[in-house]
Amino acid sequence: MAERVAPLRTGRYLELRVNGAPVRVERAPERSLLELLRFDLRLTGAKYGCGEGECGACTVLLDGAPVRSCQVRTVGLDGASVVTVEGLRESGRLNAVQRAFAELGAFQCGFCTPGMVVSATALLRANPSPTDAEIRTAMDGNLCRCCGYTRILAAVRRARELAAADRRGPQ
Amino acid sequence: MIGPRPRRPWDRSPPEEREYFEILGEGLVAQLPPRTPGPPSDGGWSPPSGGAWLHVGADGVVRAFTGKAEVGQGTRVALSLAVAEELRVPLERVDLVMADTDLCPWDIGTFGSRSMVDVSPTLRKVAAGARAALIDRAAQQGLGAPSALEAVDGEVRVRGEEHGTPYGELVRGARVLVTVPPETPLTPAADWQRAGRPAVDPTADEVVSGQRVFVSDLWRPGLRFGAYLQPPRYGARLVRVDVGRLRGRAGVTVVHEGEFVGVAAESPGAAHAALAEVDAEWELESQPGEQEIEQYLRAHPSSGDSWDRDENRTGEPDAAYDRAPVRFEATYRSAYIAHVPLETRAALAEWDGNRLTVQVGTQTPFRAREAVAEGLGVPVDDVRIVVPFTGAGFGGKHGGPVALAAARLSRAAKAPVMILFSREEEFRHGYFRPMAIVDVRVGAERDARLVSWRFHNVNAGAAALLPPYDVPNQAVDNELSESPLPQDPYRALAANANNFARESAVDEVAGLAGVDPLAARERNLSDERLLAVLHRACDAANWAERRRPPGKGFGLAVGLEKGGRVATVAEVTVAPDRTVRVDRLVVAYEAGTIVHPENLRSQVEGASVMALGGALFEAIHFEGGRILNDRLSTYRVPRFSDVPSVEVHLLDRNDLPPAGAGETPMIAVAPAVANAIFDATGVRLRSLPLVPEGKVPAPGTAPPGPESSRPVVRGPRARRGPSGTAARRRRGGAGGGTGRAARSRTPPPRKARGRGRPRGRPGTRRRPSHPARAARGSARGRTRAPHRRAPRRTRRGRRGRS
Repeated sequence: MAERVAPLRTGRYLELRVNGAPVRVERAPERSLLELLRFDLRLTGAKYGCGEGECGACTVLLDGAPVRSCQVRTVGLDGASVVTVEGLRESGRLNAVQRAFAELGAFQCGFCTPGMVVSATALLRANPSPTDAEIRTAMDGNLCRCCGYTRILAAVRRARELAAADRRGPQ
Repeated sequence: MIGPRPRRPWDRSPPEEREYFEILGEGLVAQLPPRTPGPPSDGGWSPPSGGAWLHVGADGVVRAFTGKAEVGQGTRVALSLAVAEELRVPLERVDLVMADTDLCPWDIGTFGSRSMVDVSPTLRKVAAGARAALIDRAAQQGLGAPSALEAVDGEVRVRGEEHGTPYGELVRGARVLVTVPPETPLTPAADWQRAGRPAVDPTADEVVSGQRVFVSDLWRPGLRFGAYLQPPRYGARLVRVDVGRLRGRAGVTVVHEGEFVGVAAESPGAAHAALAEVDAEWELESQPGEQEIEQYLRAHPSSGDSWDRDENRTGEPDAAYDRAPVRFEATYRSAYIAHVPLETRAALAEWDGNRLTVQVGTQTPFRAREAVAEGLGVPVDDVRIVVPFTGAGFGGKHGGPVALAAARLSRAAKAPVMILFSREEEFRHGYFRPMAIVDVRVGAERDARLVSWRFHNVNAGAAALLPPYDVPNQAVDNELSESPLPQDPYRALAANANNFARESAVDEVAGLAGVDPLAARERNLSDERLLAVLHRACDAANWAERRRPPGKGFGLAVGLEKGGRVATVAEVTVAPDRTVRVDRLVVAYEAGTIVHPENLRSQVEGASVMALGGALFEAIHFEGGRILNDRLSTYRVPRFSDVPSVEVHLLDRNDLPPAGAGETPMIAVAPAVANAIFDATGVRLRSLPLVPEGKVPAPGTAPPGPESSRPVVRGPRARRGPSGTAARRRRGGAGGGTGRAARSRTPPPRKARGRGRPRGRPGTRRRPSHPARAARGSARGRTRAPHRRAPRRTRRGRRGRS
């Protein structure tokens, strides 16, 4: 989980950025980031799967780092930048990971997909050419109960190529 | 959800009273006559109707209806492809309305791998009928004689021309209802242009960007969240409850109706906090723990669920066994395991006057409708159940207690109410895959040809109980038990346990006879389709040339269930510290005609990996009626780091109708892995999960579990055949596995069989035989009737629930 060093604030409202837009919600210290996203902001891409950070379905980016939003308290989130699966589009189009997952049909029920996509996006940003072993390690905290791991692994490999092509720009 | 609601659910109204055009708009509706209740072969499974209908709108969109639900098995796209094929429209043009009890044909439920089997023929037929009707309509509008016209890409054209009249234009302003004759011909699979070919889910972009709306994502203005009282332990009975403390509490609605006690509040947290203030007193009853469970299940037979029994008695299994040169007897076990769908149970209920709509993740919406109506005491016609996208089921989401609870709370709160189960609630208040105990006794010739087969399953059920092998003398049956833990369907049901026992036993017999596992199976199979997948898997895995460095093992298993045929080859490595790693699974699968190849492949991959969990480490632990591992941090499911290389080979038999596909690929994994672990170590593991702590016990150490889990292997052992010699030679260099070496070196005491033969090795206890089975029943042939199987009802009522 990302270390936050911003001073605690105590005003009535919590102010942060979500998917690039400023957001102001009433402070509710007992709420998790997942609850804030789902119930206050109605952003339901991040899912509840276990409530203890074991399944990865609630993964979002907090100041760029992947976190289990069910384990993140909203206390101290003032000024934070949160990106959910809904905010991954780059210049209006799906990012490389999203396109790869869609192209390969790397989902069955699709409930784990938002968390998978966010984790894989974070991985490729940190390590543009991960090995299979690195992909497995980075994604080991994301469960797919349909067990479509083979296809998800293939999609992350494919995303690696698509992202590289994106970086090279139009040929 | 499509609105407005019909006056009555369409499956409960005569066709002429259905408001097709009021609700779906102008266009053409084709319908197949509802079936009269009859044999299940056409997917009817009786009650009201069945049949099929679809609507072609002025916008050219084809809206087809099915009572099946999409819970991740991919039938939305597969069935849409079948419709697109027959109506000659792009896949994107098909809108499949699923599992809406107001609008869809009655359906018994989404289970048993029936979606493609039951629904694809009827939807194809009604789509073919609609195509014919559109051509007729174009002819009437002067486009040409029907025989000169054809349907292409959503248009009717004069044969050979590049453009024609779009369907939407043909039906604009019309309200045409056609009844499709049952004899309408279907497009042969060999001529398919859309089905049977790669297809991308048209909603994929929504899924990957978080826009797909699952049950738990639903929202309504003024939405309240509900929670309800559940027994703290299995078998607990509510003796006194007092909700007085919550009466008049601002923002909290409390409902106490009969045994139902629930609350609705502004958030899930507030609802659970309020529920915790309910003063409830429970009477607990003594419940068996894990140590006693096997004895308990054997001692508590149940008379219910007759659909889940099967038996086959042919020949003289006892006499044939006594004469057999190779004899083998063992008991195999399989633990209770949980489905763990990633989305927990959820339901949203809302009332409009006296009419109720519940959106809920269930695999049995029509049954849920009946249950909710009965529970509330309202007419069935007023209850609508809709299943939105659901975060998987695996057999774990039958029924609708959550729907009923949400409906009660919504009625009292006069507001929409959502119930979202926590993960702990999902574990504690769902149900499990039944524990299985399987007693097997086999007699074989020296070449591993099976001559006597006694097979008895306790508790788990009858799926895949009968062997696919040709054995002349059989005594096969199952008995059901009063399970202290709630148990119900799980992907592939008892086929998991039955096939694990059977395919392990066949391997053990092959080993005793010194015959290669592939040859042993070939010698006992005549089912060409099963032999075809067996050979495909073995070829792909290079079985004949397999090399086994120290610690490496190969295992093979086949399976036949719900019409699908599977063969799986597992490759494992057992490290010097005895840690098991499954390196590779090679799976060959055949399920008749393939409608959506990529989805089938995806299902086979997923089922194979999901099955690894139950094979290697998944088990529910319990004590005194409580689940001890009711969280994902304590109940382990497969993760990325557990996943081997999975290689899937599909055999397309497009001369045969589609067979079940979502379940059968599960059933060969556990035995293939157990056989591979034996191959690597010489240690035979007979209980699932095989390696709960990740490691194979050392040879000679007591296997985990009760003493009675030891098998009784009776001599004499047969002389090793050529393939056995080869196999032994390969093993010779392995070093480890002293148990195996000792066994394989046992000389074949050819003359030892006969009267003076010891009835078991000293120090091993024989499994008690089952006199009740032996005495029961005259010789009966196969009584298998898989189609007729209704979903298993909970054998033990969950008392204290609504």
